[in-house]
Amino acid sequence: MKRFFAQLYIWVLLVILYAPLVFIAIFSFTESKVLGNWKGFSTRLYQNLLTGDMQGNSSLLQAVENTLLIALIAAALATLLGTVAAIGIHNMNGRSRQAITFLNNIPMINPDIITGVSLFLLFVFLHISQGYTTVVLAHITFCTPYVVLSVLPKLRQMNPNIYEAALDLGATPGVALRKVLIPQLRGGMVSGFILSFTMSLDDFAVTFFTRGTIGLDTLSTYIYTDARKGGLTPELRPLMTLIFLIILVLLVVFNVRQQRLAKKTQRV
Amino acid sequence: MAEKIIEIQHVSKSFDGKRVLEDINLYIKKGEFLTLLGPSGCGKTTLLRMIAGFLAPDEGAILLDGKEMGDLPPHQRPLNTVFQRYALFPHLDVYDNIAFGLKLKKVPVDEIDRRVRRVLKLVAMSDYEDRDVETLSGGQQQRIAIARAIVNQPKVLLLDEPLAALDLKMRKDMQIELKEMHRKLGITFIYVTHDQEEALTLSDTIVVMNEGRIQQIGTPTDIYNEPVNCFVADFIGESNILKGRMIRDRRVAFIKHQFDCVDEGFGEDVPVDVVVRPEDIYFTTDPQKCQFKAKVNTCTFKGVHYEMWVDTDTGYELMIQDYDPYPVGSEVMLYIDPDDIQVMKKERTANVLEGKVTGDGKVELLGGEFPCDTSAYEVGDEVRVEIPFGGVELLDNREEGILSGEVHFILYMGDHYHLTIKTDDGDFLWVDTTDIWDKGDLVGITAAEKDIRILGRL
Repeated sequence: MKRFFAQLYIWVLLVILYAPLVFIAIFSFTESKVLGNWKGFSTRLYQNLLTGDMQGNSSLLQAVENTLLIALIAAALATLLGTVAAIGIHNMNGRSRQAITFLNNIPMINPDIITGVSLFLLFVFLHISQGYTTVVLAHITFCTPYVVLSVLPKLRQMNPNIYEAALDLGATPGVALRKVLIPQLRGGMVSGFILSFTMSLDDFAVTFFTRGTIGLDTLSTYIYTDARKGGLTPELRPLMTLIFLIILVLLVVFNVRQQRLAKKTQRV
Repeated sequence: MAEKIIEIQHVSKSFDGKRVLEDINLYIKKGEFLTLLGPSGCGKTTLLRMIAGFLAPDEGAILLDGKEMGDLPPHQRPLNTVFQRYALFPHLDVYDNIAFGLKLKKVPVDEIDRRVRRVLKLVAMSDYEDRDVETLSGGQQQRIAIARAIVNQPKVLLLDEPLAALDLKMRKDMQIELKEMHRKLGITFIYVTHDQEEALTLSDTIVVMNEGRIQQIGTPTDIYNEPVNCFVADFIGESNILKGRMIRDRRVAFIKHQFDCVDEGFGEDVPVDVVVRPEDIYFTTDPQKCQFKAKVNTCTFKGVHYEMWVDTDTGYELMIQDYDPYPVGSEVMLYIDPDDIQVMKKERTANVLEGKVTGDGKVELLGGEFPCDTSAYEVGDEVRVEIPFGGVELLDNREEGILSGEVHFILYMGDHYHLTIKTDDGDFLWVDTTDIWDKGDLVGITAAEKDIRILGRL
């Protein structure tokens, strides 16, 4: 009996968690303009989304493209900056390392809205016209600490002599970094990149304050504006379903790979 | 004499204001197996890292083939290192680990292949080239680390405690293999270890280091048979270290008996330290040969020999190693060959300190105020002060002492302990005591007025 309730609890929890997603997914297969109104099965919305033919509203695709591009650039640059910073922090002595690690943690706890507003004020103060560049810069700013945080443990696990061994065998510091250090840190860098990518993908507050007035939209700001204009664009439903599915597939692939890797080292 | 391949001239190094190497002078001959030996923290690894180029000396120079290496970065030095914890590249397999250095030097592929196979054979790991390095045992990883270094045909191979992480049996086997490799390759080896037995087994030359200074340089037999001071005698092998007095050339007194010895040139009636190895004290049944008598106190079987502690008729404790056991409690007759007595100059005979008279009957020494007869001096006089080893008292309670410190080094001298005390400020004091202390014990330090003597003004 106890077991039954435990099981029930889990299932209820899962249903509550996934109900909204399932709801959206179901209603992505009907043509109704208003969510919750079933007008019979249709893949029309998917067709519209993929052909870009969206009842005179093509800026949705533009917003998707912006979102992905910004996330990609920001995550890549944050990974680069964060990794270099982590290596630097790791090689500092006790006191200053602690201080810098602490300073690195603050932006992560800091509410997005404060980061957004302060970046906005900074850009205004520096007379940088806001647009694509400022959004990318802002995203790099809040992503980098996450990369630092995911690379640092890899450095700590690493045999400290490995880098020196490479130098000893004739590698210049640059070659040693590329051929020995980076391969050792790859795991941390990949998770830092993925983390940054997803953080950038669903950021709203920071983007909203740093995008300026040139009409730049990412997915989150697009939905926000769209919802305020009254009613969400119906094509958002298939889009969200697709995003969810892509993330799901990626996660499954990632986990399976991780498990295989773990098994491989265990066998050893 | 073979040519010098590496020369170290007046090298000093400090970390955070703490001196870790003090005026090191040393040369290494071509093809030699040289070992830097000392307890942890003696500076041996720092010295090795300087030769490799990972650290720069604060002062002094390191020469390779007569040319100063200066700021030459590690990747440009024709030396290779075997690191303590192997430091293999986990993302590469055995073959690629070994080929790493050759590929960087753009050696042709077929030559890389030939050389990698040759060193794999040399370290007896021929069938392992495709293996993941993390799948290898500690001993196998160590072989790969050695192979990875020697495949580059370095002028000098640096080894930083390469066997420290292996178990005893494996370590013994690897010692023999290392020695064999050294013979086959003809490369100069510089080997760092804290294991005195390893050093004695492997080396052509041993450099004993302590507290950032070289204590003695010599062949293993020199170092073992003729240690220059108590530290070396105590660190290398087992020994009876005793207070003695040189009566005249070739005649020395210790444990309240007189012995013939082979040492000369100390002068007459001079205090010295004497070392007698436990295997050099012989039992005899011939009263003619007997030099002194003793009673067997304990007898322990050690495998090849028995280790016995005896109490001499004059109240000293000595350790003796012999192939035959003598029953506990039995009276035995003993003698020592003149050849086996090693006489050493005393480094110091008392604590001599510089201080300042701070008031009537007070003198400031090492930052504490000690009571002292200052009648012949005035307040403010800077003076030299002597406290005999027996005059320094150690207290369990740190707060009760005039100074506080910790027990830094312990030497058993047959009937008392000779302790080196490091004060909290990093100064040293030497103490004779019959109390038993352990290394690292925190102690209070004091001295009585009668034991503190002002020698004169500075």
